[in-house]
Amino acid sequence: MNPNQLVIGRGTADAHPMEDFLRMDRMPHIWCSTCGLGTCLTAFIAAARESAIPREDIVVVSGIGCTGRAAGYLKYDSFHTTHGRAIPFATGLKIANPRLKVCIISGDGDLVSIGGNHLIHAARRNMDLTVICVNNFNYAMTGGQAGPTTPQTAQATTTPYGAFERPFNIPFLVDSCGATYVARWTALHVRQLTISIKEALLHRGFSFIEVISPCPTVYGRRNRLGSGLDLMKFYHDHSITKNFASTRECDIRYQQDIIVGKFVQKEEPTYLDSMNEQMKKALGAKFVPYIGPMDPAKDV
Amino acid sequence: MKYWRKPLDADRRKAPHGNVHVIFERCKGCGFCIAYCPRQVLEVSTEYNRKGYHPPVVAHPEKCVNCRLCEALCPEFAIWNTLDEQDAQSEPGTINENR
Repeated sequence: MNPNQLVIGRGTADAHPMEDFLRMDRMPHIWCSTCGLGTCLTAFIAAARESAIPREDIVVVSGIGCTGRAAGYLKYDSFHTTHGRAIPFATGLKIANPRLKVCIISGDGDLVSIGGNHLIHAARRNMDLTVICVNNFNYAMTGGQAGPTTPQTAQATTTPYGAFERPFNIPFLVDSCGATYVARWTALHVRQLTISIKEALLHRGFSFIEVISPCPTVYGRRNRLGSGLDLMKFYHDHSITKNFASTRECDIRYQQDIIVGKFVQKEEPTYLDSMNEQMKKALGAKFVPYIGPMDPAKDV
Repeated sequence: MKYWRKPLDADRRKAPHGNVHVIFERCKGCGFCIAYCPRQVLEVSTEYNRKGYHPPVVAHPEKCVNCRLCEALCPEFAIWNTLDEQDAQSEPGTINENR
């Protein structure tokens, strides 16, 4: 798709085009100046509008953290869950009503650390979810503790002599667990990110997008990397687009080149497909395939 | 910042013209729009807004080509573009026959 043909809604002279999709009574948001999270939100709204999925069918779930606020700011059906439990909540929603497009927007600490087990099992089951993981390399809201994505030698509050733990390579983690759509972009790649989120929303199966986002107040300041604008310039100069690169080689090292792109896209039976198939095999004609509750507006 | 190359058919294409709208009090002065505008339309204002930031000002409105990159990059939903009404007929990429 040609990025120039993206139609992200036209604003008028008085109103920003995204205002209808945001809870404007909650603005201004709490995110710091030069944080990349607002940009990710714009990309999500643009992608959701581009995908032409009806607004009432999209549900946004998020966990705790800076990124966890996203669900509260979006004017979709949204839910702010407890720490790490965004994916179990979303799984329940999806099974209760498989017609919904359930999106999870949450941070690296929430999804990979506290909710790490849920992430790998949702990927293993190929649950039909869209996960947008905004990675800022630390636990920013609580003051910048080192997390499972903090690159080695980076400074954090809990690692004053530099982090020494080996960080997760998240695309490799979810790919090896069986995710069927995996991509990584930075907050600067707004057009590519919008296209990727749109593809993920329309994809059947577990889709995962990692967004590298600048954290100027904690990660950037502690490591003396400058403002979010300096981090954005770093992403511009040091991100290498390699579509369908092997996720094994996509690990992030401290202040070194970041491989971005769409890494995995494949079709595989989802959790509900597999369940219906196996039950039909075992029970034969007795089994009625599960398609969720009747929707009076659509099924009559 | 000069990161963009000139397209090969730049002299044959007519660029659309856009208007830039900034909500002065909503901006948190991150400077993404100023740094990444491919036509250097925006500049940092000398005034402060109520939050104490320097929002962008539209220094060269005639240069805007309605690419909407500032709108996509702005984390605060404080800047956006509209296609110039006098120019609304010209879709992006139409060939300029007057040149």
